Amino acid sequence: MISEGSSFIKGMALGAVFCLLLAIMGSFSPIQPSSPDAEEEHHHHHVIAPSNKDMQLLSEAHMLELSQKVRVYCAIMVTPKVLVHWAAVNETWAKHCDKTAYYSSESSKALESIDLQEQDEWARIRKALMHAYENAGNLRWFFMARPTTFAIIENLKYLILDKDPSQPFYLGRSQNSGELEYVEYDSGIAFSYEALRRLMEVLKSDDLCPEQSRSLWKVSEEKQLAICLKMRRAPPSGG
Amino acid sequence: MKFMSSRGAFTVGFLVGTCTLYVFLQQVWFERKASIRQPEERNWLKNQSALFNLNHPHHTGEDGAVADSLYKRVRVLCWVMTGPANLQKKARHVKNTWSRHCNILLFMSSVDDPDFPAVGLDTKEGRDQLYWKTIRAFHYVLEKHGNDADWFYKADDDTYVVVDNLRWLLANYSPDEPIYFGRRFKPYVKQGYMSGGAGYVLSKEALRRYVEGFRTKVCTHTSSVEDLAMGQCMEKMGVQAGDSRDTLHRETFHPFVPDQHLTGKFPKSFWYWNYCYYPIVEGAQCCSDLAVSFHYVDGTMMYLMEYYTYHLRAYGYRYRYLPPVPKELSLAPAEADQKASHPNAAAEAGAGKL
Repeated sequence: MISEGSSFIKGMALGAVFCLLLAIMGSFSPIQPSSPDAEEEHHHHHVIAPSNKDMQLLSEAHMLELSQKVRVYCAIMVTPKVLVHWAAVNETWAKHCDKTAYYSSESSKALESIDLQEQDEWARIRKALMHAYENAGNLRWFFMARPTTFAIIENLKYLILDKDPSQPFYLGRSQNSGELEYVEYDSGIAFSYEALRRLMEVLKSDDLCPEQSRSLWKVSEEKQLAICLKMRRAPPSGG
Repeated sequence: MKFMSSRGAFTVGFLVGTCTLYVFLQQVWFERKASIRQPEERNWLKNQSALFNLNHPHHTGEDGAVADSLYKRVRVLCWVMTGPANLQKKARHVKNTWSRHCNILLFMSSVDDPDFPAVGLDTKEGRDQLYWKTIRAFHYVLEKHGNDADWFYKADDDTYVVVDNLRWLLANYSPDEPIYFGRRFKPYVKQGYMSGGAGYVLSKEALRRYVEGFRTKVCTHTSSVEDLAMGQCMEKMGVQAGDSRDTLHRETFHPFVPDQHLTGKFPKSFWYWNYCYYPIVEGAQCCSDLAVSFHYVDGTMMYLMEYYTYHLRAYGYRYRYLPPVPKELSLAPAEADQKASHPNAAAEAGAGKL
Protein backbone atom coordinates (compact mmCIF):
# COMPACT_ATOMS: atom_id res chain seq x y z
CA MET A 1 0.00 0.00 0.00
CA ILE A 2 2.81 2.36 0.85
CA SER A 3 4.57 1.63 -2.42
CA GLU A 4 1.37 2.37 -4.34
CA GLY A 5 0.90 5.57 -2.46
CA SER A 6 4.44 6.70 -3.16
CA SER A 7 4.06 5.72 -6.83
CA PHE A 8 0.97 7.83 -6.93
CA ILE A 9 2.76 10.80 -5.43
CA LYS A 10 5.68 10.39 -7.77
CA GLY A 11 3.27 10.17 -10.67
CA MET A 12 1.53 13.35 -9.57
CA ALA A 13 4.77 15.24 -9.21
CA LEU A 14 5.96 14.11 -12.62
CA GLY A 15 2.60 14.98 -14.15
CA ALA A 16 2.78 18.48 -12.73
CA VAL A 17 6.29 19.00 -14.05
CA PHE A 18 5.27 17.66 -17.44
CA CYS A 19 2.36 20.09 -17.63
CA LEU A 20 4.56 23.00 -16.61
CA LEU A 21 7.12 22.12 -19.27
CA LEU A 22 4.42 21.98 -21.92
CA ALA A 23 3.07 25.36 -20.87
CA ILE A 24 6.50 26.97 -20.96
CA MET A 25 7.28 25.44 -24.32
CA GLY A 26 3.87 26.50 -25.58
CA SER A 27 4.45 30.11 -24.71
CA PHE A 28 7.84 30.18 -26.37
CA SER A 29 6.74 28.39 -29.50
CA PRO A 30 7.44 30.10 -32.84
CA ILE A 31 3.72 30.17 -33.61
CA GLN A 32 3.12 33.24 -31.47
CA PRO A 33 -0.17 35.04 -31.50
CA SER A 34 0.66 38.42 -33.02
CA SER A 35 1.83 40.96 -30.49
CA PRO A 36 -0.86 43.26 -29.09
CA ASP A 37 0.64 46.20 -30.98
CA ALA A 38 0.36 44.68 -34.43
CA GLU A 39 -3.14 43.46 -33.76
CA GLU A 40 -4.61 46.79 -32.79
CA GLU A 41 -3.16 48.67 -35.71
CA HIS A 42 -5.57 47.38 -38.31
CA HIS A 43 -8.99 46.13 -37.40
CA HIS A 44 -9.99 46.55 -41.02
CA HIS A 45 -8.50 46.02 -44.45
CA HIS A 46 -7.71 48.63 -47.02
CA VAL A 47 -8.72 47.88 -50.57
CA ILE A 48 -5.64 46.41 -52.18
CA ALA A 49 -5.06 47.27 -55.83
CA PRO A 50 -5.14 44.36 -58.26
CA SER A 51 -1.76 42.69 -58.19
CA ASN A 52 -1.21 43.03 -61.91
CA LYS A 53 2.16 44.76 -62.04
CA ASP A 54 1.31 46.80 -65.10
CA MET A 55 -1.72 48.22 -63.36
CA GLN A 56 0.34 49.53 -60.51
CA LEU A 57 2.58 51.43 -62.86
CA LEU A 58 -0.35 53.39 -64.20
CA SER A 59 -0.96 56.83 -62.80
CA GLU A 60 -3.98 57.55 -60.65
CA ALA A 61 -5.49 59.64 -63.43
CA HIS A 62 -5.14 56.84 -65.93
CA MET A 63 -6.74 54.34 -63.55
CA LEU A 64 -9.66 56.70 -63.03
CA GLU A 65 -10.05 57.02 -66.77
CA LEU A 66 -10.11 53.25 -67.15
CA SER A 67 -12.66 52.81 -64.40
CA GLN A 68 -14.91 55.24 -66.20
CA LYS A 69 -14.57 53.20 -69.36
CA VAL A 70 -15.54 49.91 -67.71
CA ARG A 71 -19.28 49.54 -68.13
CA VAL A 72 -21.65 47.32 -66.20
CA TYR A 73 -25.09 45.91 -67.01
CA CYS A 74 -27.09 45.44 -63.82
CA ALA A 75 -29.68 42.67 -63.75
CA ILE A 76 -31.85 43.08 -60.67
CA MET A 77 -34.09 40.14 -59.80
CA VAL A 78 -37.29 41.50 -58.29
CA THR A 79 -40.68 40.31 -57.15
CA PRO A 80 -43.69 42.41 -56.13
CA LYS A 81 -43.06 41.21 -52.57
CA VAL A 82 -39.92 43.33 -52.34
CA LEU A 83 -41.50 46.39 -53.90
CA VAL A 84 -40.10 48.76 -51.29
CA HIS A 85 -36.55 47.54 -51.82
CA TRP A 86 -37.07 47.56 -55.55
CA ALA A 87 -38.11 51.21 -55.43
CA ALA A 88 -35.22 52.10 -53.15
CA VAL A 89 -32.69 50.41 -55.44
CA ASN A 90 -34.19 52.22 -58.39
CA GLU A 91 -33.67 55.54 -56.59
CA THR A 92 -30.21 54.84 -55.32
CA TRP A 93 -27.41 52.54 -56.37
CA ALA A 94 -28.88 51.27 -59.63
CA LYS A 95 -28.39 54.76 -61.03
CA HIS A 96 -24.67 54.11 -61.09
CA CYS A 97 -25.01 51.18 -63.49
CA ASP A 98 -24.52 51.88 -67.17
CA LYS A 99 -27.64 49.89 -67.96
CA THR A 100 -30.17 48.52 -65.51
CA ALA A 101 -32.90 45.93 -66.10
CA TYR A 102 -35.39 44.69 -63.53
CA TYR A 103 -36.40 41.08 -64.07
CA SER A 104 -39.65 40.33 -62.33
CA SER A 105 -41.63 37.21 -61.52
CA GLU A 106 -44.81 38.96 -62.52
CA SER A 107 -45.63 42.38 -63.81
CA SER A 108 -46.11 45.18 -61.37
CA LYS A 109 -48.16 48.28 -61.98
CA ALA A 110 -45.97 50.39 -59.77
CA LEU A 111 -42.61 49.97 -61.44
CA GLU A 112 -41.29 49.06 -64.84
CA SER A 113 -39.81 45.62 -65.29
CA ILE A 114 -39.22 42.81 -67.71
CA ASP A 115 -41.93 40.34 -66.80
CA LEU A 116 -40.56 36.83 -66.97
CA GLN A 117 -43.76 35.22 -65.78
CA GLU A 118 -41.91 32.67 -63.70
CA GLN A 119 -42.43 31.79 -60.08
CA ASP A 120 -39.33 29.61 -59.75
CA GLU A 121 -36.25 31.66 -58.99
CA TRP A 122 -33.76 29.44 -60.80
CA ALA A 123 -35.89 29.55 -63.94
CA ARG A 124 -36.06 33.32 -63.61
CA ILE A 125 -32.29 33.58 -63.32
CA ARG A 126 -31.83 31.53 -66.46
CA LYS A 127 -34.24 33.67 -68.44
CA ALA A 128 -32.85 36.89 -67.03
CA LEU A 129 -29.26 36.05 -67.86
CA MET A 130 -30.25 34.99 -71.35
CA HIS A 131 -32.06 38.26 -71.86
CA ALA A 132 -29.15 40.24 -70.44
CA TYR A 133 -26.67 38.48 -72.70
CA GLU A 134 -28.77 39.19 -75.77
CA ASN A 135 -29.35 42.83 -74.88
CA ALA A 136 -25.91 43.66 -73.65
CA GLY A 137 -25.09 45.90 -76.57
CA ASN A 138 -21.44 46.74 -76.11
CA LEU A 139 -21.42 46.21 -72.34
CA ARG A 140 -19.00 43.54 -71.27
CA TRP A 141 -19.69 43.11 -67.56
CA PHE A 142 -22.82 41.98 -65.76
CA PHE A 143 -23.89 42.30 -62.15
CA MET A 144 -26.80 40.26 -60.87
CA ALA A 145 -28.37 40.98 -57.49
CA ARG A 146 -31.61 41.04 -55.56
CA PRO A 147 -32.93 44.41 -54.46
CA THR A 148 -32.12 43.63 -50.84
CA THR A 149 -28.45 44.04 -51.75
CA PHE A 150 -26.73 47.42 -51.75
CA ALA A 151 -23.92 47.71 -54.30
CA ILE A 152 -21.32 50.38 -54.91
CA ILE A 153 -20.84 50.04 -58.63
CA GLU A 154 -17.79 52.32 -58.72
CA ASN A 155 -15.98 49.96 -56.41
CA LEU A 156 -17.02 46.97 -58.52
CA LYS A 157 -15.54 48.76 -61.51
CA TYR A 158 -12.35 49.35 -59.59
CA LEU A 159 -12.18 45.64 -58.85
CA ILE A 160 -12.60 44.60 -62.48
CA LEU A 161 -10.38 47.36 -63.95
CA ASP A 162 -7.56 45.04 -64.81
CA LYS A 163 -9.66 42.05 -65.82
CA ASP A 164 -10.22 41.20 -69.45
CA PRO A 165 -13.93 40.52 -70.11
CA SER A 166 -13.05 38.04 -72.85
CA GLN A 167 -11.80 35.80 -70.04
CA PRO A 168 -14.41 33.93 -67.99
CA PHE A 169 -14.79 35.77 -64.70
CA TYR A 170 -17.44 34.78 -62.17
CA LEU A 171 -16.90 37.03 -59.15
CA GLY A 172 -18.35 37.71 -55.76
CA ARG A 173 -18.19 36.28 -52.29
CA SER A 174 -16.96 32.73 -52.81
CA GLN A 175 -18.09 29.87 -50.65
CA ASN A 176 -17.41 26.16 -50.56
CA SER A 177 -20.01 23.50 -50.20
CA GLY A 178 -18.14 20.25 -50.13
CA GLU A 179 -16.43 20.11 -53.48
CA LEU A 180 -18.52 22.80 -55.08
CA GLU A 181 -17.14 26.31 -55.10
CA TYR A 182 -19.88 28.88 -55.71
CA VAL A 183 -20.48 32.60 -55.43
CA GLU A 184 -23.06 33.76 -52.91
CA TYR A 185 -26.17 35.33 -54.39
CA ASP A 186 -26.89 37.66 -51.48
CA SER A 187 -23.86 39.84 -52.00
CA GLY A 188 -24.30 40.01 -55.77
CA ILE A 189 -22.65 38.08 -58.62
CA ALA A 190 -20.48 39.68 -61.29
CA PHE A 191 -19.94 37.99 -64.67
CA SER A 192 -17.67 38.87 -67.53
CA TYR A 193 -19.05 38.59 -71.05
CA GLU A 194 -17.14 35.39 -71.68
CA ALA A 195 -18.46 33.72 -68.55
CA LEU A 196 -21.99 34.53 -69.59
CA ARG A 197 -21.35 33.28 -73.12
CA ARG A 198 -20.19 29.95 -71.76
CA LEU A 199 -23.20 29.82 -69.50
CA MET A 200 -25.47 30.35 -72.53
CA GLU A 201 -23.98 27.28 -74.20
CA VAL A 202 -24.65 25.18 -71.15
CA LEU A 203 -28.15 26.49 -70.54
CA LYS A 204 -29.25 25.21 -73.92
CA SER A 205 -28.33 21.67 -73.04
CA ASP A 206 -30.80 20.09 -70.66
CA ASP A 207 -28.29 17.38 -69.72
CA LEU A 208 -25.61 19.60 -68.34
CA CYS A 209 -27.74 22.30 -66.82
CA PRO A 210 -31.29 21.13 -66.19
CA GLU A 211 -34.15 23.41 -65.33
CA GLN A 212 -35.23 21.16 -62.51
CA SER A 213 -32.43 20.06 -60.28
CA ARG A 214 -32.00 16.32 -60.36
CA SER A 215 -31.30 15.87 -56.69
CA LEU A 216 -34.01 14.93 -54.22
CA TRP A 217 -33.76 18.15 -52.29
CA LYS A 218 -33.89 21.70 -53.57
CA VAL A 219 -30.47 23.01 -54.47
CA SER A 220 -30.12 26.77 -54.03
CA GLU A 221 -29.94 28.91 -57.15
CA GLU A 222 -26.43 30.06 -56.46
CA LYS A 223 -25.23 26.46 -56.34
CA GLN A 224 -27.14 25.50 -59.46
CA LEU A 225 -25.49 28.37 -61.23
CA ALA A 226 -22.08 27.26 -60.05
CA ILE A 227 -22.71 23.69 -61.17
CA CYS A 228 -23.67 24.87 -64.64
CA LEU A 229 -20.70 27.18 -64.94
CA LYS A 230 -18.44 24.40 -63.81
CA MET A 231 -19.57 22.40 -66.84
CA ARG A 232 -17.83 24.88 -69.03
CA ARG A 233 -14.92 25.42 -66.71
CA ALA A 234 -15.72 28.85 -65.37
CA PRO A 235 -15.00 28.49 -61.67
CA PRO A 236 -15.23 31.45 -59.27
CA SER A 237 -12.24 33.62 -59.97
CA GLY A 238 -11.91 35.13 -56.56
CA GLY A 239 -12.21 38.80 -55.63
CA MET B 1 -6.59 0.40 -3.04
CA LYS B 2 -4.84 -2.87 -2.47
CA PHE B 3 -5.67 -4.13 -5.94
CA MET B 4 -3.90 -1.32 -7.77
CA SER B 5 -0.33 -1.99 -8.82
CA SER B 6 2.46 0.56 -8.33
CA ARG B 7 2.50 1.23 -12.01
CA GLY B 8 -1.23 1.90 -12.08
CA ALA B 9 -0.91 4.22 -9.12
CA PHE B 10 1.92 6.06 -10.85
CA THR B 11 -0.11 6.54 -14.02
CA VAL B 12 -3.14 7.79 -12.15
CA GLY B 13 -0.93 10.10 -10.17
CA PHE B 14 0.65 11.40 -13.35
CA LEU B 15 -2.74 12.23 -14.86
CA VAL B 16 -3.98 13.85 -11.67
CA GLY B 17 -0.83 15.93 -11.43
CA THR B 18 -1.09 17.11 -15.02
CA CYS B 19 -4.73 18.06 -14.76
CA THR B 20 -4.36 19.85 -11.47
CA LEU B 21 -1.49 21.95 -12.65
CA TYR B 22 -3.22 22.70 -15.93
CA VAL B 23 -6.25 24.05 -14.16
CA PHE B 24 -4.04 26.04 -11.84
CA LEU B 25 -1.99 27.52 -14.66
CA GLN B 26 -5.06 28.39 -16.66
CA GLN B 27 -6.40 30.46 -13.82
CA VAL B 28 -3.17 32.23 -13.14
CA TRP B 29 -1.04 32.42 -16.26
CA PHE B 30 -3.11 32.11 -19.42
CA GLU B 31 -5.87 34.40 -18.25
CA ARG B 32 -3.43 37.16 -17.54
CA LYS B 33 -2.05 37.01 -21.08
CA ALA B 34 -5.51 37.39 -22.56
CA SER B 35 -6.30 40.56 -20.68
CA ILE B 36 -3.30 42.54 -21.91
CA ARG B 37 -5.27 43.85 -24.91
CA GLN B 38 -6.23 47.41 -24.05
CA PRO B 39 -6.09 49.14 -27.41
CA GLU B 40 -7.92 52.29 -26.38
CA GLU B 41 -5.55 53.65 -23.80
CA ARG B 42 -2.54 54.43 -25.93
CA ASN B 43 -3.93 57.53 -27.58
CA TRP B 44 -5.25 59.24 -24.49
CA LEU B 45 -3.51 60.83 -21.57
CA LYS B 46 -5.80 60.46 -18.62
CA ASN B 47 -5.58 63.43 -16.30
CA GLN B 48 -8.10 63.74 -13.51
CA SER B 49 -11.02 62.18 -15.39
CA ALA B 50 -10.29 64.11 -18.59
CA LEU B 51 -8.85 62.40 -21.63
CA PHE B 52 -6.29 64.45 -23.56
CA ASN B 53 -5.84 63.33 -27.12
CA LEU B 54 -2.19 62.49 -27.71
CA ASN B 55 -2.27 62.32 -31.45
CA HIS B 56 -4.73 63.31 -34.06
CA PRO B 57 -5.82 59.92 -35.36
CA HIS B 58 -4.71 59.20 -38.87
CA HIS B 59 -2.48 56.70 -40.65
CA THR B 60 1.15 57.43 -41.50
CA GLY B 61 1.72 58.78 -44.95
CA GLU B 62 -1.78 60.20 -45.24
CA ASP B 63 -2.31 63.66 -46.60
CA GLY B 64 -4.26 65.03 -43.66
CA ALA B 65 -2.68 68.48 -43.78
CA VAL B 66 -5.93 70.41 -43.70
CA ALA B 67 -7.42 68.30 -40.92
CA ASP B 68 -4.19 68.46 -38.91
CA SER B 69 -4.00 72.20 -39.26
CA LEU B 70 -7.58 72.55 -38.14
CA TYR B 71 -6.95 70.20 -35.24
CA LYS B 72 -4.19 72.45 -33.92
CA ARG B 73 -5.91 75.80 -34.48
CA VAL B 74 -9.47 74.92 -33.49
CA ARG B 75 -9.20 73.05 -30.22
CA VAL B 76 -12.44 71.35 -29.27
CA LEU B 77 -13.28 69.98 -25.86
CA CYS B 78 -16.11 67.44 -26.05
CA TRP B 79 -18.11 66.60 -22.98
CA VAL B 80 -20.63 63.80 -23.16
CA MET B 81 -23.70 63.77 -20.94
CA THR B 82 -24.14 60.28 -19.57
CA GLY B 83 -24.88 58.36 -16.39
CA PRO B 84 -23.55 55.36 -14.49
CA ALA B 85 -26.07 53.00 -16.06
CA ASN B 86 -25.09 54.07 -19.57
CA LEU B 87 -21.33 54.03 -19.34
CA GLN B 88 -21.01 50.51 -20.70
CA LYS B 89 -24.20 50.55 -22.73
CA LYS B 90 -23.74 53.78 -24.65
CA ALA B 91 -20.81 55.95 -23.59
CA ARG B 92 -18.36 53.17 -24.34
CA HIS B 93 -19.32 53.23 -28.00
CA VAL B 94 -18.91 56.98 -28.12
CA LYS B 95 -15.47 56.52 -26.64
CA ASN B 96 -14.56 53.97 -29.32
CA THR B 97 -15.72 56.04 -32.23
CA TRP B 98 -16.23 59.72 -32.90
CA SER B 99 -14.94 61.11 -29.62
CA ARG B 100 -11.42 60.01 -30.55
CA HIS B 101 -11.29 63.02 -32.82
CA CYS B 102 -11.79 65.58 -30.05
CA ASN B 103 -8.80 67.41 -28.57
CA ILE B 104 -10.06 66.79 -25.04
CA LEU B 105 -12.80 64.41 -23.97
CA LEU B 106 -14.85 64.22 -20.78
CA PHE B 107 -17.74 62.02 -19.73
CA MET B 108 -20.12 63.75 -17.34
CA SER B 109 -22.07 61.53 -14.99
CA SER B 110 -23.70 61.85 -11.62
CA VAL B 111 -21.12 59.63 -9.96
CA ASP B 112 -17.34 59.63 -10.26
CA ASP B 113 -15.84 56.72 -12.14
CA PRO B 114 -12.06 57.01 -12.28
CA ASP B 115 -11.65 53.94 -14.50
CA PHE B 116 -13.89 54.84 -17.40
CA PRO B 117 -13.16 57.81 -16.66
CA ALA B 118 -16.28 59.79 -15.83
CA VAL B 119 -16.71 62.94 -13.78
CA GLY B 120 -19.22 62.82 -10.95
CA LEU B 121 -21.26 66.02 -10.92
CA ASP B 122 -22.92 65.20 -7.64
CA THR B 123 -26.44 65.19 -9.02
CA LYS B 124 -29.09 62.50 -9.13
CA GLU B 125 -30.08 60.71 -12.33
CA GLY B 126 -33.14 61.43 -14.43
CA ARG B 127 -34.56 63.83 -17.00
CA ASP B 128 -35.18 66.48 -14.37
CA GLN B 129 -31.49 66.55 -13.53
CA LEU B 130 -30.39 67.33 -17.06
CA TYR B 131 -30.00 71.06 -16.60
CA TRP B 132 -28.22 70.66 -13.24
CA LYS B 133 -25.76 68.36 -14.96
CA THR B 134 -25.29 70.84 -17.78
CA ILE B 135 -24.70 73.77 -15.43
CA ARG B 136 -22.19 71.87 -13.35
CA ALA B 137 -20.49 70.34 -16.35
CA PHE B 138 -19.87 73.68 -18.02
CA HIS B 139 -18.62 75.18 -14.76
CA TYR B 140 -16.28 72.24 -14.30
CA VAL B 141 -14.99 72.46 -17.82
CA LEU B 142 -14.24 76.18 -17.64
CA GLU B 143 -12.53 75.85 -14.31
CA LYS B 144 -10.35 72.86 -15.10
CA HIS B 145 -9.82 73.14 -18.84
CA GLY B 146 -10.65 76.70 -19.78
CA ASN B 147 -7.15 77.24 -21.16
CA ASP B 148 -6.80 73.90 -22.91
CA ALA B 149 -9.48 74.43 -25.53
CA ASP B 150 -11.14 77.10 -27.64
CA TRP B 151 -14.60 75.60 -28.13
CA PHE B 152 -16.72 73.50 -25.81
CA TYR B 153 -19.11 70.95 -27.28
CA LYS B 154 -21.91 69.31 -25.32
CA ALA B 155 -23.14 65.97 -26.66
CA ASP B 156 -25.44 63.22 -25.42
CA ASP B 157 -24.30 59.63 -25.28
CA ASP B 158 -26.51 58.95 -28.30
CA THR B 159 -25.19 61.80 -30.40
CA TYR B 160 -22.80 61.05 -33.27
CA VAL B 161 -20.47 63.96 -34.14
CA VAL B 162 -18.13 64.47 -37.08
CA VAL B 163 -15.62 66.53 -35.17
CA ASP B 164 -13.58 67.46 -38.25
CA ASN B 165 -16.66 69.06 -39.80
CA LEU B 166 -17.34 70.88 -36.55
CA ARG B 167 -13.85 72.37 -36.77
CA TRP B 168 -14.46 73.45 -40.35
CA LEU B 169 -17.59 75.29 -39.23
CA LEU B 170 -15.90 76.93 -36.25
CA ALA B 171 -12.72 77.92 -38.07
CA ASN B 172 -14.45 80.97 -39.49
CA TYR B 173 -15.10 82.39 -36.03
CA SER B 174 -12.94 83.42 -33.14
CA PRO B 175 -13.27 81.80 -29.71
CA ASP B 176 -13.31 85.31 -28.26
CA GLU B 177 -16.61 86.06 -29.95
CA PRO B 178 -19.66 85.42 -27.77
CA ILE B 179 -21.37 82.91 -30.05
CA TYR B 180 -22.72 79.38 -29.94
CA PHE B 181 -23.88 76.93 -32.59
CA GLY B 182 -26.23 73.98 -32.91
CA ARG B 183 -29.55 73.09 -34.52
CA ARG B 184 -31.47 76.30 -34.10
CA PHE B 185 -35.04 76.20 -32.81
CA LYS B 186 -37.26 79.25 -32.83
CA PRO B 187 -39.93 79.10 -30.13
CA TYR B 188 -39.73 80.64 -26.65
CA VAL B 189 -36.44 82.49 -27.15
CA LYS B 190 -36.30 85.54 -29.40
CA GLN B 191 -32.98 84.74 -31.07
CA GLY B 192 -33.73 81.03 -30.92
CA TYR B 193 -32.02 78.31 -28.93
CA MET B 194 -30.07 75.15 -29.79
CA SER B 195 -31.46 71.61 -29.68
CA GLY B 196 -29.89 69.63 -26.86
CA GLY B 197 -29.91 66.27 -28.58
CA ALA B 198 -28.10 67.43 -31.69
CA GLY B 199 -25.45 68.91 -29.47
CA TYR B 200 -24.28 72.50 -29.29
CA VAL B 201 -20.92 74.21 -29.02
CA LEU B 202 -19.94 77.34 -27.08
CA SER B 203 -17.02 79.61 -27.82
CA LYS B 204 -14.70 80.32 -24.93
CA GLU B 205 -16.24 83.77 -24.50
CA ALA B 206 -19.73 82.27 -24.51
CA LEU B 207 -18.69 79.83 -21.82
CA ARG B 208 -17.15 82.62 -19.71
CA ARG B 209 -20.35 84.63 -19.97
CA TYR B 210 -22.42 81.57 -19.08
CA VAL B 211 -20.46 80.98 -15.89
CA GLU B 212 -20.48 84.70 -15.13
CA GLY B 213 -24.25 84.69 -15.54
CA PHE B 214 -24.57 82.19 -12.74
CA ARG B 215 -22.15 84.06 -10.55
CA THR B 216 -24.17 87.25 -10.88
CA LYS B 217 -27.46 85.34 -10.63
CA VAL B 218 -28.60 86.66 -14.01
CA CYS B 219 -28.94 83.00 -14.96
CA THR B 220 -30.27 80.36 -12.62
CA HIS B 221 -31.72 76.87 -12.82
CA THR B 222 -34.97 78.06 -14.39
CA SER B 223 -36.22 74.68 -15.61
CA SER B 224 -35.10 71.16 -16.30
CA VAL B 225 -35.55 71.61 -20.05
CA GLU B 226 -31.81 71.89 -20.54
CA ASP B 227 -31.58 73.23 -24.09
CA LEU B 228 -34.27 75.86 -23.59
CA ALA B 229 -32.86 77.06 -20.29
CA MET B 230 -29.39 77.26 -21.85
CA GLY B 231 -30.80 79.27 -24.74
CA GLN B 232 -32.49 81.72 -22.38
CA CYS B 233 -29.29 82.26 -20.43
CA MET B 234 -27.30 82.74 -23.62
CA GLU B 235 -29.69 85.41 -24.78
CA LYS B 236 -29.56 87.20 -21.44
CA MET B 237 -25.77 87.20 -21.47
CA GLY B 238 -25.56 88.58 -24.99
CA VAL B 239 -24.24 85.43 -26.63
CA GLN B 240 -25.27 85.25 -30.26
CA ALA B 241 -27.13 82.21 -31.64
CA GLY B 242 -25.11 81.33 -34.72
CA ASP B 243 -26.24 80.03 -38.12
CA SER B 244 -24.67 76.60 -38.45
CA ARG B 245 -25.84 75.87 -41.98
CA ASP B 246 -23.32 75.27 -44.77
CA THR B 247 -22.75 77.58 -47.76
CA LEU B 248 -25.72 75.99 -49.53
CA HIS B 249 -27.96 76.61 -46.51
CA ARG B 250 -28.16 72.95 -45.59
CA GLU B 251 -28.38 72.04 -41.92
CA THR B 252 -25.33 70.51 -40.24
CA PHE B 253 -26.66 69.65 -36.76
CA HIS B 254 -29.44 67.06 -36.82
CA PRO B 255 -31.88 66.13 -34.05
CA PHE B 256 -32.64 62.69 -35.54
CA VAL B 257 -30.83 59.80 -37.23
CA PRO B 258 -29.81 60.23 -40.89
CA ASP B 259 -32.46 57.95 -42.35
CA GLN B 260 -35.23 59.90 -40.67
CA HIS B 261 -34.01 63.15 -42.17
CA LEU B 262 -33.39 61.60 -45.57
CA THR B 263 -36.49 59.48 -46.02
CA GLY B 264 -38.90 60.31 -43.22
CA LYS B 265 -42.04 62.20 -43.94
CA PHE B 266 -42.79 64.13 -40.80
CA PRO B 267 -46.53 64.67 -40.42
CA LYS B 268 -47.46 68.35 -40.58
CA SER B 269 -48.71 68.20 -37.01
CA PHE B 270 -45.32 67.05 -35.72
CA TRP B 271 -43.65 69.62 -33.46
CA TYR B 272 -40.53 69.67 -35.60
CA TRP B 273 -42.16 71.77 -38.29
CA ASN B 274 -42.92 74.57 -35.85
CA TYR B 275 -39.61 74.46 -34.07
CA CYS B 276 -36.98 74.73 -36.77
CA TYR B 277 -35.66 78.27 -37.14
CA TYR B 278 -34.73 77.78 -40.79
CA PRO B 279 -36.98 76.17 -43.45
CA ILE B 280 -37.02 72.39 -43.29
CA VAL B 281 -35.89 70.50 -46.38
CA GLU B 282 -36.95 66.88 -46.77
CA GLY B 283 -35.04 64.37 -48.85
CA ALA B 284 -31.42 64.39 -49.88
CA GLN B 285 -30.85 68.11 -49.37
CA CYS B 286 -31.91 67.88 -45.73
CA CYS B 287 -28.38 67.39 -44.64
CA SER B 288 -25.10 69.00 -45.51
CA ASP B 289 -22.37 66.84 -47.04
CA LEU B 290 -20.31 68.19 -44.15
CA ALA B 291 -22.86 67.26 -41.49
CA VAL B 292 -21.72 67.74 -37.91
CA SER B 293 -24.10 65.71 -35.79
CA PHE B 294 -26.99 63.25 -35.57
CA HIS B 295 -29.05 62.27 -32.55
CA TYR B 296 -30.70 59.03 -31.31
CA VAL B 297 -27.75 57.08 -32.66
CA ASP B 298 -27.48 53.78 -30.79
CA GLY B 299 -24.28 51.88 -29.99
CA THR B 300 -24.18 49.75 -33.11
CA MET B 301 -24.93 52.68 -35.33
CA MET B 302 -21.96 54.60 -33.93
CA TYR B 303 -19.62 52.14 -35.61
CA LEU B 304 -21.66 52.22 -38.77
CA MET B 305 -21.45 56.02 -38.93
CA GLU B 306 -17.71 55.92 -38.31
CA TYR B 307 -17.34 53.48 -41.20
CA TYR B 308 -19.45 55.59 -43.55
CA THR B 309 -17.75 58.85 -42.59
CA TYR B 310 -14.11 57.84 -42.54
CA HIS B 311 -13.84 54.71 -44.66
CA LEU B 312 -16.53 53.76 -47.18
CA ARG B 313 -16.29 55.70 -50.38
CA ALA B 314 -16.78 55.19 -54.08
CA TYR B 315 -13.58 54.84 -56.05
CA GLY B 316 -13.02 57.71 -58.39
CA TYR B 317 -15.72 59.86 -56.88
CA ARG B 318 -14.71 63.50 -56.87
CA TYR B 319 -16.47 65.37 -54.09
CA ARG B 320 -19.19 67.53 -55.52
CA TYR B 321 -19.38 69.87 -52.56
CA LEU B 322 -16.14 71.83 -52.38
CA PRO B 323 -16.53 74.20 -49.48
CA PRO B 324 -14.14 77.12 -49.14
CA VAL B 325 -11.17 76.52 -46.90
CA PRO B 326 -11.62 78.54 -43.72
CA LYS B 327 -9.72 81.84 -43.99
CA GLU B 328 -7.92 81.24 -40.72
CA LEU B 329 -5.86 78.36 -42.02
CA SER B 330 -2.26 79.24 -42.82
CA LEU B 331 -2.30 77.69 -46.28
CA ALA B 332 -1.93 79.62 -49.54
CA PRO B 333 -5.40 79.80 -51.17
CA ALA B 334 -4.57 77.81 -54.31
CA GLU B 335 -2.75 75.13 -52.38
CA ALA B 336 -5.53 74.93 -49.83
CA ASP B 337 -8.18 74.51 -52.54
CA GLN B 338 -6.26 71.67 -54.09
CA LYS B 339 -5.73 69.95 -50.79
CA ALA B 340 -9.34 70.35 -49.74
CA SER B 341 -10.77 69.15 -53.03
CA HIS B 342 -8.47 66.17 -53.43
CA PRO B 343 -10.53 63.13 -52.44
CA ASN B 344 -7.75 61.72 -50.27
CA ALA B 345 -7.40 64.78 -48.11
CA ALA B 346 -11.07 65.10 -47.41
CA ALA B 347 -11.62 61.38 -47.03
CA GLU B 348 -8.60 60.52 -44.95
CA ALA B 349 -8.63 63.62 -42.82
CA GLY B 350 -9.02 62.41 -39.27
CA ALA B 351 -9.50 58.76 -40.15
CA GLY B 352 -9.10 56.83 -36.93
CA LYS B 353 -7.87 53.39 -36.13
CA LEU B 354 -11.34 51.98 -36.36
